[in-house]
Amino acid sequence: MPRCREVGIVGVGHTRFGRSTVPYVDLCCTAAVEALDDAGVKTGEGHGVDQVFLASMGAQMLNRQSGIASGLVDTLDLRPAMAETVENGPASGASAIKLAYMAISSGMCDVALVVGAEMMRVVSGWEGTDFVATMLHPEAEYPYGLTLPSFAGMFTRLIMDKYGVTEKDLALVSVKNHENAMHNPGAHIKLVPQLEIITEDEDKDVINPYVAEPLRLYDVCPVSDGAAAVVLCAMDVADRFLKKPIRISGIGQATDTHAVAERAVPTDLLAVRLAAQRAYEMSGLGPEDMDVAELHDAFLILEIVESEEVGFFKRGDGHLAVRRGDTKIGGKIPINTSGGLKAKGHPLGATGVSQVVEIVKQLRGEAEGRQVEGAKNGITVNFGGFGNNVVSIILSKEAE
Amino acid sequence: MVILDKMEAQLRPAETDMAPYSAKFVTQANGDKFVVWQADRPDVPQLLESIKPLMTVEKDFYDIVAARMYSELLGWYRYRVKDEYCLVGTINGEIVGLANGRMVDDKTGMSYHTIALRQGLRIGAQLFAAKMEYHFDFLGQEEVWIVAESPNGFKRWMIEYELEPRFETWHELGGVPTYVLTKALWEKHKVMKCGGRRPVPEAMLEQAKQMILPETYAQIGGYKRHA
Repeated sequence: MPRCREVGIVGVGHTRFGRSTVPYVDLCCTAAVEALDDAGVKTGEGHGVDQVFLASMGAQMLNRQSGIASGLVDTLDLRPAMAETVENGPASGASAIKLAYMAISSGMCDVALVVGAEMMRVVSGWEGTDFVATMLHPEAEYPYGLTLPSFAGMFTRLIMDKYGVTEKDLALVSVKNHENAMHNPGAHIKLVPQLEIITEDEDKDVINPYVAEPLRLYDVCPVSDGAAAVVLCAMDVADRFLKKPIRISGIGQATDTHAVAERAVPTDLLAVRLAAQRAYEMSGLGPEDMDVAELHDAFLILEIVESEEVGFFKRGDGHLAVRRGDTKIGGKIPINTSGGLKAKGHPLGATGVSQVVEIVKQLRGEAEGRQVEGAKNGITVNFGGFGNNVVSIILSKEAE
Repeated sequence: MVILDKMEAQLRPAETDMAPYSAKFVTQANGDKFVVWQADRPDVPQLLESIKPLMTVEKDFYDIVAARMYSELLGWYRYRVKDEYCLVGTINGEIVGLANGRMVDDKTGMSYHTIALRQGLRIGAQLFAAKMEYHFDFLGQEEVWIVAESPNGFKRWMIEYELEPRFETWHELGGVPTYVLTKALWEKHKVMKCGGRRPVPEAMLEQAKQMILPETYAQIGGYKRHA
């Protein structure tokens, strides 16, 4: 693949996920200002930001706001930067980073700000679930009442039957991610479930009820508000900024059938595999080079299957790796050190950006209590639809 | 005073001797012990304090639920509601939720409100189940009339318990559509909905009855009781 300018990340920002008490644009600005400060970018005249991308899946539907990127640029005093809002379902965040990468790599601009933000808790859980389900097939799926949790439940059952994954394996992932989230100031859920209680206690059906059998409450992500932001720049102008750049060494994206029933192998996440392969190919790295990963665990079965599809483990072995502790911090390949979508939270448009923020912090050595020692390369998987549009990003620490 | 006392006695409803609810505890996902116990009338002022801050929270209809529950509990405290009860949920002695209702007659119960002060542990769902447990398994009633004021309540009660619609029956909470949990539906659902162990160890129950007021409420950003 012909390469143009190299692109890096020099600033990151992240709000505490959970329930926002500020309006949507203020939420965006909170993360954006933190990222700009981190990079040492002053707003106002001579700010040097050429392009702003705002990633959101639901602002138009949930918050009745459109054209938000333009408003964001003005609020941040970043005029006359170019501005667009990016919507690609729950993969909007990583898509926006991809577009920023393309804008810089092509030479069209030097510096771009990407903000991902979602305010989902303005509606009830029901409305939120329905809103997310609008990305399903409008004739084959949505009219029949299918939702993302229902798909995830069916998918989990198939994986359990095929590979022997158990409810306890999912709970192991849950406990791991909640433990990691306790060290992440930006995480939504600050509670560590105890494995024996959520899997074996006589009251487990009460405290950890089925949401979409066999998925239980502690197997699915919460509904969160939140924002995350990154400042990208061409590597050849990186010396303008406070922080050393973390290089975007690979980006891959792939799509799959819109209707899940049309997939040849329903237990495969083909778009995850292809997106990761493309990112590896672009970076010249492989799964064995990765030190840390942020995988899209909106439902915990996804973390297990994605860990296989990105090449960390053989198909059907992901749950065995979880049992061995391979995916914990200190294990072979720590996954979701941020707490993942499960415990950090999943404000849809923010998620892909948040994943990149976590990897940047890991590669900078700024991840505090959840730091993976010596991390040099990390990968993200941001999963749209039920796996019909996936973006994977590989980040690499430059040699000192 | 004699005249006033006589007048007051005429204003008060006749009270039925109701079987007490036996306290229980449910171990939460994080290991916390959630104790559910029945309040006595003198406990009411402290319970009112626990829900007062939520009376202005519009989100999820906390305002209506808190305000109505406030008036219901006050009505019980001041002897203006007949055969009311209140179940209190505490964790480490702190009030985390309340559920109240009343006995209409020996066969019929009326659910009033359920409110979770602490979020994220399904406190409301567990308290609602405890309330139904009281009606069916302690008071021996045949059905409970229920209404919902929030979409969350509708999901938790009407749909998850498959409640029987009975719109011709007027619930005391303003004539909104009434649904009924029958004994048969309770028996069908209680295994998955109603947990808890008995007896509650004495020290745990003693701690529960401290009724510590929440210092903060996730529903009210920035709120601190002792700011």
